[in-house]
Parts: sequence; structure tokens; C-alpha cells
Amino acid sequence: MTVAAPLPHDSAELHVTGKARYVDDLPSPAGTLHLAFGLSAIARGRVTDMDLSAVRAAPGVVKVLTANDLPHANDVSPSIHDEPLLSDGSVHYLGQPLFLVVATSHTLARKAARLADVSYDEEPPLLTIDDAMAANSHFEDGPRIWQRGDADAAVANAPHRISGTIEMGGQEHFYLEGQAALVQPQDNGDMLVHSSTQHPTEIQHKVAEALGLPMHAIRVETRRMGGGFGGKESQGNALAVSCAVAASLTGRACKMRYDRDDDMTVTGKRHDFRISYEVGFDDQGRVLGISFLQLARCGWAQDLSLPVADRAMLHADNAYQLDNIRIESHRLKTNTQSATAFRGFGGPQGMLGIERVMDHIAHALGTDPLEVRRVNYYAEKDGADDAPKNTTPYGQDVTDFVLHDLTAKLIDGSDYTKRRAAVAEWNAANPVLKKGIAFSPVKFGISFTLTHLNQAGALVHVYADGSIQMNHGGTEMGQGLNQKVAQVAASRFGVAMSAVRITATDTSKVPNTSATAASSGSDLNGMAVRNACDLIRARMADFIGRYHQCPSDAVEFAGGFVHAGDNVMTFAQAAKLCYENRVSLSATGFYKTPSLSWDRIKGQGRPFYYFAYGAAVTEVVIDTLTGENRILRTDILHDAGTSLNPALDIGQVEGAYVQGAGWLTTEELVWDNKGQLRTHAPSTYKIPACSDRPDIFNVTLYENANAEDTIYRSKAVGEPPFMLGISALLALSDAVAACGAPYPDLQAPATPERILKAVQKVQDA
Amino acid sequence: MDITFLLNGETVELRDVEANTTLLQWLRETRGLTGTKEGCNEGDCGACSVLVTDHDGIKALNACILFLPQLQGKAIRTVEGVSGPDGALHPIQQAMIAHHGSQCGFCTPGFVTSMVAAHHTGRTDWDDQLAGNLCRCTGYAPIIKAAEAASEVAPVDWLDDALPDVSEETGGGDIMRPASSDELAKQYRDHPDATLIAGATDVGLWVTKQLKDLSPVIFLNGCGDLQKIEDTGNELKCGAMVSMVALRNALEPIYPSYAEMLRRFASNQIRQAATLGGNIANGSPIGDNPPALIALGATLHLRRGTARRQMPIEDFFVDYGKQDRKPGEFVEWISIPKQPDRLRVYKLSKRFDQDISAVLGAFYLTVEDGTVKEARIAFGGMAGIPKRAYHVEDVLRGQPWNEETIAKAWPAWSRDFEPMSDMRASADYRLDAARNMLTRYFLENLGAATSVLEVTA
Repeated sequence: MTVAAPLPHDSAELHVTGKARYVDDLPSPAGTLHLAFGLSAIARGRVTDMDLSAVRAAPGVVKVLTANDLPHANDVSPSIHDEPLLSDGSVHYLGQPLFLVVATSHTLARKAARLADVSYDEEPPLLTIDDAMAANSHFEDGPRIWQRGDADAAVANAPHRISGTIEMGGQEHFYLEGQAALVQPQDNGDMLVHSSTQHPTEIQHKVAEALGLPMHAIRVETRRMGGGFGGKESQGNALAVSCAVAASLTGRACKMRYDRDDDMTVTGKRHDFRISYEVGFDDQGRVLGISFLQLARCGWAQDLSLPVADRAMLHADNAYQLDNIRIESHRLKTNTQSATAFRGFGGPQGMLGIERVMDHIAHALGTDPLEVRRVNYYAEKDGADDAPKNTTPYGQDVTDFVLHDLTAKLIDGSDYTKRRAAVAEWNAANPVLKKGIAFSPVKFGISFTLTHLNQAGALVHVYADGSIQMNHGGTEMGQGLNQKVAQVAASRFGVAMSAVRITATDTSKVPNTSATAASSGSDLNGMAVRNACDLIRARMADFIGRYHQCPSDAVEFAGGFVHAGDNVMTFAQAAKLCYENRVSLSATGFYKTPSLSWDRIKGQGRPFYYFAYGAAVTEVVIDTLTGENRILRTDILHDAGTSLNPALDIGQVEGAYVQGAGWLTTEELVWDNKGQLRTHAPSTYKIPACSDRPDIFNVTLYENANAEDTIYRSKAVGEPPFMLGISALLALSDAVAACGAPYPDLQAPATPERILKAVQKVQDA
Repeated sequence: MDITFLLNGETVELRDVEANTTLLQWLRETRGLTGTKEGCNEGDCGACSVLVTDHDGIKALNACILFLPQLQGKAIRTVEGVSGPDGALHPIQQAMIAHHGSQCGFCTPGFVTSMVAAHHTGRTDWDDQLAGNLCRCTGYAPIIKAAEAASEVAPVDWLDDALPDVSEETGGGDIMRPASSDELAKQYRDHPDATLIAGATDVGLWVTKQLKDLSPVIFLNGCGDLQKIEDTGNELKCGAMVSMVALRNALEPIYPSYAEMLRRFASNQIRQAATLGGNIANGSPIGDNPPALIALGATLHLRRGTARRQMPIEDFFVDYGKQDRKPGEFVEWISIPKQPDRLRVYKLSKRFDQDISAVLGAFYLTVEDGTVKEARIAFGGMAGIPKRAYHVEDVLRGQPWNEETIAKAWPAWSRDFEPMSDMRASADYRLDAARNMLTRYFLENLGAATSVLEVTA
């Protein structure tokens, strides 16, 4: 069966030969115009005067648009209509688009955009979490608070108490392909939009709004993205809408792509958080009561910040049974880029909060953090005898908690215990360099927490020659979704992969799709495709059964053949036969995730269909003179259920780990006190490079069929392994702890500077 | 100016090319060769890497900061041109598929070209060869697996392009392309307003990021005599156009710590293009060569027309953005004295590879009978210019070489340096790390393990 085969990415050969086309590679029609934004130079205030005469007079400029020139809606927000495409005169962050240049080339548009003479009435911006807290600048009406039990009393009555705070920076997506869109006018003022987006339906919706047209007038096509990571869930709206408006005003095709510096200056990033905790625990380190204060810097517009902050709360337990817990979450509005979706979607921040607590407790007790984690784990099984125990703070039962076994296997396979002793020995002999080792687990909830998004559609055609064309609402950003789903289709019809053609995501083939996000791509679209295939297969079996006088359920599709009793024909012959006998060979498929119910205000219900698990052990070394550091070895055991494609899944795990470790180490976003992002290019913003991957990097999938009825019992794998990178930060903290008695209190990202500061602090104590 | 070069095996002749057109722009917008990608347009991500063959052989360069006039007489291959004439995939391409080396695929053409260049020249130091190619999807592990697997396969024969025969054309329009340092001296004296372009690794960004139009320009890559390194026995005479790769090779046996710093200087693509003269002449306070050269007591040789003068290299850096260089005057060569290897160069950055230094410290201490006889210490990233630590040196000189002396120098550091805080590091961190580097130098002398790069699990 093609499902579970470790096949390469469906576009692998196109990738290595340079033939895979991205939006900017599409041949554009003659006369295509190119767009660039003029950006605000202040973070907060009002535009008092905007002289665009030099812009208009610049070579190649065809049109310059301001908010007043927009024909309909001036909004590109994915949520509450608070994000104008072009400033309405108010300025909310440094880098906000003020006007739009339409020119004959990309370079000329960029050059012209810098020629504006803009005057401002400047106000002091709210840039930091502290600024926003002091000004009580919130989204929603105030903080969200979820609680279970009595956290305060439990903390107060516990034998041990500690408190602390961890700051964690944001993260730039740094998809290698920047944001891009190309729009071509069609009959009737309709628009064909090519967009590098994780969410074609949203692009369709926003373009329709901006042009005052119904959604049927807009077709959005997305063949592939050069990386997304959440950064193309809502951030592509501005480019597609700009191109559509300019195309509608000029009648010409319009293309827009951000230069990298613009991309990093304009678009949102991962939310940075400050998480404070107070925890009470017993002698074994078992948490008796805990309260978290989560402060999230959301930037200037709401975007997806509410569900992101919700998910941080939902992962404040990670893998641990917390009976008395209080979580207070502030969604802070600041004059910075509007923070947006990023792989993990708040989960990493919430999870780092509790992992930091486990680490801190172990340090306070002088025990191995692994043991503290184990005593706090949810119980192995949610049996009748301990049914009340395995329940998350938000009331969802954890029915398949596999981390006890997974942990044991990883600890054994990575030789953790022996290596932990060896690290201590090594540290005793080395005054300048110190090693550290840490284990961390992941339990990550799978499903969109906005329940209605958990649906997907598919369109499958079987042609008379037996070839199959397959389409679904998911988008391909490198994760191999199309290949996995094609493997499902090939398996349903029992044909070779070469018989299945995957086509670009297209809003005219599958409507009303959800973003490819929340790790849900294969779960939802795999099922939708399966359902479409099964409809066609049933029609074929029904006809062929009657034709060969055998029961339809005895008709088998396997190995490229269709067996009906003693009769065997190729799949192509079967398709031809069905066609000639007027059997419909095309079907749409639909799927919605069952069993979900969620009240986000109360913080109660079942937001997730299931959980994905994993764990990592990371060993590092630091230099106590400079803070320089390296990852020496990482061992990972990760649960992808029954993998649809182990090669692609391991690729997701490896890539996610390195990205997660990057978030917590070298990737530092720095704004100056005017609100200008100073790290706006790869020269200053450092994602992991080749030599930053662990020297030794062992990644294994954990055999574990999904307890829930997902597509071939597989599990989502996009986001969960990102949080395995937390083990890198904890290992660095462990190395710092070798320098003195106090808790290292290492903040993230743990740049050499922060590590040296932590070392100095523990040494000086 | 008119240029002739090979593109994927076919001769291309272009008339009246502009100085400001990059190879990347031309490939994508004029030739429709969209396999070569724009990821950052500043030479940091490597998505635009192409193969360039010149008289030194084949190398990977960043097309986004390579100007068309620099291609004169060379052979270019893009990702579309690395497969065999019959369409057979290059062993690197096959291995990348077999080992799942691509996910989103956008960085892949750049990886493929970088890997093909390394494969073709027999390199296997993959982390160094690929430091200039960023991938956000894979975590690099499968790419390295692919590289290692392909290393087992012999190089292919279809990439060896015969270079086109071009006359030593000297430019045209507002572009000058001298064929020797003498010609350069004359042209630059006559056109002191011209922009000199050597590797374009810095000037390239004036065009792609600052959106400047450069005119007139003098391309230096025709000046073969400036690309030489001469070992006189007492010193290395390095022409201004010596690349970082060539410099690293020359310094490896003499000053291995300097060579190790150059291993981490930018990326392979940049090191192949960037020149020693360029790294000095642009006067950046965070250029990595000047502190090392100051610590070694190197001499800078300047030329204007026929007039030549020389100076200790530290005297060249007057103030931030201001060098002791007259209009029409250029860096001709640098002489590096050969002496016992007491040099240590410590490059400190957020990321080991391809990162601009937060602090770069270079130390050359002569210790005799336990006493510091001479000390030359210089830093980048600690002031508006590459700067010597005169006060620290004074404290050390004549003192016993021990931890007490190092402690005694503590206050002198802040007399030498008042570093700034920026996105790379805070002032406090810079000062602390600089001080600690002297301790590292001392401990390293004693044989202590001080480099995280040499530790294994």
C-alpha cells in the first residue's frame, strides 16, 4: 500500500532542477505592473501631510494610491476589521503601509516608494509589555482567566514554594520565499489571484471585499509556497488585495513581492511572552498548586492573537496533571508589527512556561528534572479507577497518555542517565567550558480551537484512462501534504502513485476552505480526499459488481487491478468500462472532525480531537567567558501515530526541532526605542545555519496508532515537534547551573550575551 | 560596456550593460531563468547561488550581488544548467531527492549549486561549504546526508566549461575595467569620484538595499596583479584583490587562528568574492581583518597615480566612516610580517557561521621568561573604528604573565573602549567579553580547553 511508504516529496525533482514554480516565477502577462508600499517612519501618531509628488513623478510610476483611492473596503484583517490596507491617517507601528506605488518594474516601484515627503504628529509609542501594561492597552475587554481548584490556597499550603519569570522573544518566520501575489484581470472584472498563502479562501474573501464583488468573482490559486510556518496565514492579504485593487484600476496584471527588509519590517511574527509563575510543590516535586501570569505582546492589530493566546493557556499544563491552577492571560496591544500565527501558535510559549517551572522545581530540590517531570505526568491510562485524574485544566480527558512509555524508551535509547553523570564529571574537570543536558516532553493538542474551522473538502476525478486528478483545500508549503494525500488516494484505488496527479489549491475547485494551519492539513484533507475516493470507488464497485455478477463489496481495488470474482481488469480498463456505462467518476469529499466542543470564554470543553506526543534529550556546551554555545547531541522520539509517510514526518521533526531551538537561542528580534525593528534582514536576524544543527542528531518515530479514528490512524506532525526545541534551552540552563548554586534564570532567546549574564549571576552569588 | 560570457554552456554577448544590473535580476527578468531565487537580495541566504567558472576554477557565488560587468570572460551555470546534456540529474540532485533534502524547495536550487561546486572540487567540509545557504524547513540534516552520499560519486565531466576568449576590454560608457594596477591608478586619479568595485559584497548592497545608482564605476576584477600573494621570506605581500579564500589558504600554515577566523568570515560564497582590500578600505568598525592585521603589525600600502605611501594599518582608521585616504587613492597591497605564531583571533557573534562580529579581538603577546615583553591587542566592534587597546597593552607590558596582571588590566579596558549597544550586543557585554578574551588567551596558553567548537558529546 502506498500509505506509510517513505516516498520523496512529490515536487522533489522539480525542486532540485529549479523547475518548481513559485508565484514570482510564473510567467507574467505583457505589461504586468509591479507594486511597492511606502512605509511609515514612526511608530505612533498621525500623518499631518503626505506629499507624494516626487513619488508620482518618479520613472516608471503609473499610479500612486492612498486610502482615499481605494474603491471599497480598506481592510486586510483576518479577524475584526481593524487592519487597514493603507493608513487612514493614523499610524500604529513603524513600517505600516501608508501608500501604494504601481510602477513598471519591481525596482522602480521600490525606488519611488522612498521619495515621499511625509510629516507626522508623533505620539509616544507603546512598544513593550511594560508600556502596554502601564497603559492598560489590551485586546478584548481585559485579561482572560481560567482556573481549576484553588491555586492560591494550594500554593500557600504547599511544603515548598518558588516563583519566577521567563521572558521569551518573538520569532521571525523567515520563510525563504517572501510574501508574493500576482493578479490577472478576467472577464466581468473577475480576478484570478496567484498568492503565496496558507489560506486561499481568506485571500478570496478579502479581495472580494476590497473590490465590492461576491466571492464567486474571485479565483485564488496556490501551487506551493517557499515556506509558510504560519507567516502566510494572514500576512499575504495585503499583497493580494493591493494587486487586485491596482489590477482593477489599471486593467493590467499586477504583481507584488516584498523585498526581504520590507517583509520583515511590515509583517507580523511570533508573539513574545513574559510568563510569571508561583508554584507550590511537595518533596518529590509534585505540583500542588500553580498560578501563571501570561503577558503576550500582540502588536497593533488583533489578527489571530486571541486564539494564539488561548492556545498558550491551553498548553500551560503540557504533560502534567495540575489540579489547582490559575492562568491569567493578557493580550497586549502595542505599536509594533501585529504578531501573528507561527508554528505552535502560542503552544510553545505556554509550554515553555510549565517546562521552566519543572526545571526550577528540580533545581530547588536538587533532583534530576526528569524525575520531577515524571512524577507530574498524567497517568498512563485514563482507566475507570483514575478517571478524574487524567483531565486537563480545561476539562478535556487525556485518554491515551503515552509519555511514560515514550520517555522510558527515549531515556534508554539516548543513554540519558549515563550521559548525565558524564556531563557532571566533565564539568568538574573543565573550568571554562561547561556542558548541560536536558530532557523535555511534548503533549500538543490537535484541532483548530475555533471549532468550525475543523472541516475540509476535496475534489477527485477519475478519467477514462484510469488517471486520477486530486484536489483538496490544503496548501503545500514544503510539508509534503500533497504527497501524503496523494498516497491516500492511490491507496483507496489500489493504484501506483504515478496514476495520481495533484493539482494546485484552487478556490474554484474546493470552496470555503480553512487555512492550512494547526497541523491539520493531512488530518482534514486526507479524510476529505478519502471520502471522495470512496464515493467513486463505491460507484465503480457497484457497477462492476453488477456487470460481473458478484457482490459489490467483493470488488477489490489493489496493485493497479480491479478484481471482481474471477474477473480481473486493470484500473484503467475499469475506469473506461465505468465511463462507457455512464457511471459518474467525479466526486467531492467532505470531512469534519467529530467530538469537539469548546467554550473559550469559560475555558472548558474538548477543544482537541487528540494529542500528539514526543520528547527530546539535548546536550550542549557553553563557554563561561563569552556565552558562546553549541548543541552537541539531540535524541528525539516522536509520535506521528501510524505515519502516512515516515520520511516526510521525520523531515518535519528534524526541521521543527532546529527551528524551535533557533527560537530559543540565536533568533533575537531587537526593536529600538523608536519602535524600529533593527533586525530586519538575515544579516542581523540569525536563524540556525548548517553547522548549528546538533552534531549528533537521532530522530525516531514512536510506533503508536492514533486512538482516534484519523486518516489511517496517523497523527498531525507539523507543529508538535517544534516544542522539542525547549530541551535545548533547558540544557543551556543546566550548563549555566554548573557554574554556581543559584537557579540560572536564563531568559530566551539564550544568546551568548544572555548566557554570559546568567553565568555571571550564578558565579557572583 | 559589452560583455561576453557562457551561460549554461552557451555563449552570451551583451551590449551596453549597466553597472547596476545584478546577475540575479538579469537571469530572472530578462532570461526567464527563474530557478535561481531571490531570498534576501543581500548575499546572506544563498538562494541565488550560481556556479561561476574563471581561471581559478569553479565556485559558487551569490547572483544577487554580482553585477553583470563582473561576468566578463567567465562561465556561469545556474541550477537549470547542472544536469547532464542528456538530462541526467547531477549526483547531487539525485542524492537530494533520495535523502529528502528539499521540503519547500525554495532554497534548494541554491543548495544544489553550492553543493555541486563543492562536489566538483572535492570538498567535503560541508558545514563550511554550506554556511551561506539558509534552509528554514529541513534542519539541514537530510541535506548533509545527501552531500555525504554524493561525495562517494565521482565528479561529472559536463561542468568543465572552456572560458570564452575575451580581449582585456577596459569597459565602456561610465564603466571602467582596468587590466592592471597601473591602469587602475591612472583611471582612478582621473576619476576620483568613481566607485571601486572589487567583490561587490558590500557595494552590492548599496544597489540592492539602498537603491543607489552607481556611476561612474571601476571594476577591479581585471587587475590580475592585485590578486597575488607574495612570500618574501619576512612577510606576506597581499594584493588588495586577494580573496578571503586565498588569504585563508596562505595564512593557514603561519597564523592558524587567523585562518580559523577566516573560516567563519561570512560564507563560502562571500569569501570567494570578498577581498582583503575591500574589507580594509571601507573602514567598517566591524570588518574582521583589520584587528587581526593590527595585532600582527601589518603595513598598508596606498597608491594615487604614481605616488605611493605606507602606514601602520591602525593609522588608516581615523574616525567612524573616515579613513586616511585621499581622493583617487586606493589600497594597493598589505604586508603581513611573518613572526612566531603568538596570534589569537576571537570572533564573537550570535551565530558561529556567517554572522557579523559583535566583538572581534586579536591578541599578539610576546612573553619571555614569564614576562610580557610586547603586547599588541586590537578590537573590532568596540569603537567607531578597528582600535588598539593601548592602555591595556601598557598595563601588561613588563609585567609577569599571570592572572594578577590580567586582573590589574581590568580598569584599562574601559579607558580604551566605550562600546555602543546595538542589535548585536550591549555595551556591557562587549566590554565583559573583551576582557574575558584576554583570560581566554592566557588559559589557552596554559593548554586549557577554551573553544566550544572543539567539544564533542
